[in-house]
Amino acid sequence: MTNLLIGLIVLCFTPFLGGLIQGMDRILTARVQRRVGPPLLQPFFDVIKLWAKEPLFTSAMTDFCAWGGLVGSAAALGLFITGQDLLLVFFTQAVGAGLPAVGALASPSPYSQTGGQRELLQLAAYEPVLLLILACVGQASGSFASWAPLALSEPLLPQLPLAFAALLLVTGIKFRKSPFDTAASAHAHQELVRGMYTEYSGRSLALLEVAHWLDTVLLLGICALFWASNLWCMALVVALVWLGEIVLDNASARLTWPWLLAVFWGPGLILTAVNLAWVVW
Amino acid sequence: MNIFKKITNLARRKSPWILHYDCSSCNGCDIEILACLTPLYDVERFGAVNVGNPLHADVLLVTGSVNLRNADVLKELYRQMPDPKAVVAVGACALSGGVFHDAYNVLGGVDKIIPVDVYVPGCPATPESVLDGVIMALDKFGHGSNQGENA
Repeated sequence: MTNLLIGLIVLCFTPFLGGLIQGMDRILTARVQRRVGPPLLQPFFDVIKLWAKEPLFTSAMTDFCAWGGLVGSAAALGLFITGQDLLLVFFTQAVGAGLPAVGALASPSPYSQTGGQRELLQLAAYEPVLLLILACVGQASGSFASWAPLALSEPLLPQLPLAFAALLLVTGIKFRKSPFDTAASAHAHQELVRGMYTEYSGRSLALLEVAHWLDTVLLLGICALFWASNLWCMALVVALVWLGEIVLDNASARLTWPWLLAVFWGPGLILTAVNLAWVVW
Repeated sequence: MNIFKKITNLARRKSPWILHYDCSSCNGCDIEILACLTPLYDVERFGAVNVGNPLHADVLLVTGSVNLRNADVLKELYRQMPDPKAVVAVGACALSGGVFHDAYNVLGGVDKIIPVDVYVPGCPATPESVLDGVIMALDKFGHGSNQGENA
């Protein structure tokens, strides 16, 4: 019961944390491109503005899937914060990640259709890798509870370097950063414009934006598990992953989807499978 | 005005997502609009983002004179933008048809087809005046309409 209360209170604050991370991301990206960039609170202005826009839906499914995406992401993060089973966290986030693609496919727009199909391909690419990463964490820490690594005296990273490398690939997709932003780029500079988000507008786009913030916090939380024995090292790992993704985003071109699948089903799966075998035996 | 309304209006003024449509200009104004995105002018300082989707846009920037071929496209883009929205006509052609005003297929300025909130003159319009026009159009969100104002 106490866990549940703590979880709910923390969950209420995570959208603010996620929005601030997004704001810092935009400023840092602008500085990398020698621009000033928007104010820190820009993501909040965007979401409030979108929420207050006139609702325009091409399909009722689109709005339903936007709500579903947010509920899935919030539930996964809530389970993670309250120390529940990592596999449960994984399957809940998979539901939250899959629903927006379903909403995109509910519209006849060719941009939305292609974006939705590419999102499903991205899910097919990273979900098996993420499952194996969480299996590695569970095996190495002796329990699948998300708080288990916090009780360890030694960090997990020396035992799981290959799984951590694979996690960096997964964060690339989940943060929607180049070279893995094939389904929906944050910057709208690709041939699909906003891809999967084409038919989401106003309130439903705001919901998906908040879901994206929550996903970012969840993924950074999973990264933190790799050095959970020391608070400073935990923060350092999270900061390095986040900075690394921003630099990579600005320094790399977008992969085509066959390359994306090849990277995840090749090196991604091999790295995590080898690391899992190493931990088990 | 209650606090929620104030926050919403502030957010609307701080987050103008721009859709750019070129009716039939010589591309001079289009190049100047794209210059607004470069590090020199950095329009994202004001929260503005260049979007390619009318469903996501708040401000429609139109360049070039309207002709019989593109009038329906312009109307459709405007229709697909959710309210509240603003239209900024950029450059001499978008204002009145410019040097093409008496061509056989040119209908004239953008305001012949859709309501225009701010007119930005120039041939081409400078990036500074385009930015000024967009910011002036934002006054529509929260301070009532300023229909027909000159940037």
